[in-house]
Amino acid sequence: MTDTAPAAGPVRRLAGALYRRPRLQLSLLLSAPTAWLVLAYLGSLTVLFLSAFWTTDSFTSNVVKIWNTDNFTALFTTDVYRQVALRSVGVALAVTALCVLIAFPIAFYTARIANPRWRPLLVVAILTPLWASYLVKAYAWRLILAQGGLLDWVLGPLGLKGPGYGLTATVLVLTYLWLPYMILPIHAGLEQLPDSLLDASADLGARTGRTFRSVVLPMILPSVAAGSVFTFSLSLGDYIAVQIVGGKTQLIGNLIYSNITLDLPLAAALGTVPVVIIVLYLLAVRRTGALSSL
Amino acid sequence: MNLSRPARITLRIAAALGFAVIYVPLLLVLVNSLNPDRSSGWPPPGLTFDWWADAWHSSGARDALWTSVRAGLGATAIALVLGTLIAFACQRYRFFGRDAISFVVVLPIALPGIVTGVALNTAFRTVLEPLGVGLGLFTVIVGHATFCVVVVFNNVIARLRRMPGSYEEAAMDLGAHSFRTFVDITFPLVRSALVAGGLLAFALSFDEIVVTTFTAGPGIQTLPVWIFSNMARPQQAPVVNVVAAVLVLLSVIPIYLAQRLSSDTASGSRI
Repeated sequence: MTDTAPAAGPVRRLAGALYRRPRLQLSLLLSAPTAWLVLAYLGSLTVLFLSAFWTTDSFTSNVVKIWNTDNFTALFTTDVYRQVALRSVGVALAVTALCVLIAFPIAFYTARIANPRWRPLLVVAILTPLWASYLVKAYAWRLILAQGGLLDWVLGPLGLKGPGYGLTATVLVLTYLWLPYMILPIHAGLEQLPDSLLDASADLGARTGRTFRSVVLPMILPSVAAGSVFTFSLSLGDYIAVQIVGGKTQLIGNLIYSNITLDLPLAAALGTVPVVIIVLYLLAVRRTGALSSL
Repeated sequence: MNLSRPARITLRIAAALGFAVIYVPLLLVLVNSLNPDRSSGWPPPGLTFDWWADAWHSSGARDALWTSVRAGLGATAIALVLGTLIAFACQRYRFFGRDAISFVVVLPIALPGIVTGVALNTAFRTVLEPLGVGLGLFTVIVGHATFCVVVVFNNVIARLRRMPGSYEEAAMDLGAHSFRTFVDITFPLVRSALVAGGLLAFALSFDEIVVTTFTAGPGIQTLPVWIFSNMARPQQAPVVNVVAAVLVLLSVIPIYLAQRLSSDTASGSRI
């Protein structure tokens, strides 16, 4: 009984004082995290984007802080940069499309066909590779795609060969890496689909295909959009998987990476390309209402 | 949905194939760590545990693992504090700039790692180095913490949203002051969300290679950086194989823990 006696101790007085000043409470809660995010993160990003307007002394490779837009002019007028940017967007779109194609049957099976008792276990089975290291997964594909590797061995009897390292390999590996990010939201979307809607559609005479097109697809579109945010933006910025299995393939990430030590302002200007594309993509996806469910 | 029998069978087969594609590469890594042939061709000519013994004595891999663990613990600790503070602020108060804050929290993980990495690298070199703080383990921890905040934030805010405020009100009606209420009521209710968020943050930091590359000083090598730099060396191939296999086996632990914690926070989602 003595423990909870409402004596006016210093702790209780402080608690009461804070309780009467919610604004002070809020600023105490927010000061440390906002300082961190604004100083450490937004500050660095700002410096990086400002440096895109600087130049590099071609002699000493030192950054010269003279304000100009040469880097952006180069970005728009150089054929190589345009090609690489287009190729990167193409890869990101291809990976997203492949992920949808592969994820859909898996998610449909785990959410609606599999025995309900097994469903939690199947979700774990989808999640497990997500916890395995990115590098280990890319490395596994390096082994699979190697000359005389697993894929050549499987395709050999059919008279075929694996694609080896290159653009195809890059798309395959990125698809594999980001697949769980697509399966999980589609699974969640299909699981929440009410049975009554499907029954109603069947009662009104729609066959499976029609129900799928007119009921299922529109309902899970936001889930697909949510998954595509990951598959698209992660593919667009990647340069490690490209280095591991891409052969001579160049994507925007590699271009940025190879310019960092030689010409930081140019690398910064190149870096704005994926950032702008991803922000535009996020804005487009927001219209489907997918972002609020992330 | 009333699917026809052939449609059901087709979907079953497609799903089975999908799961096979997901797991074959991971199994291959395990088998390959036992491959006596250095060239890692398929099929392996036999099985051996020699490389596991070699890997056990590899000081490079062991140092890198230790660095990764220290970086992960540091980043997780910072992310737990910052993420929880933002989650409480955003869930309990309505204020100007609330949406902006929850957007900025997500940004470090939505933007390509190379952009985040280069930005932090430039900032550290222009601001910290003149102050005498060079790139090292400390800067790695700062970089990792920046993108780990979001997973803690998401886990905690999801829990706070579903937590009825009546428990806390009851505690206060019974005479508990706000600190007491936090210690006795609020904290126990969010504890498992904190553990899940911390687990995810640690895993995210443990796996990060891009931001690490740009924020690590000379001589600081985390496990992913070590694997990446040794991947192309034929001499190191067997040890890399074993380390990769160990990482595949270890990835079961967080799954098991997350599954035991709670269903709403167990997702491995980055956002």
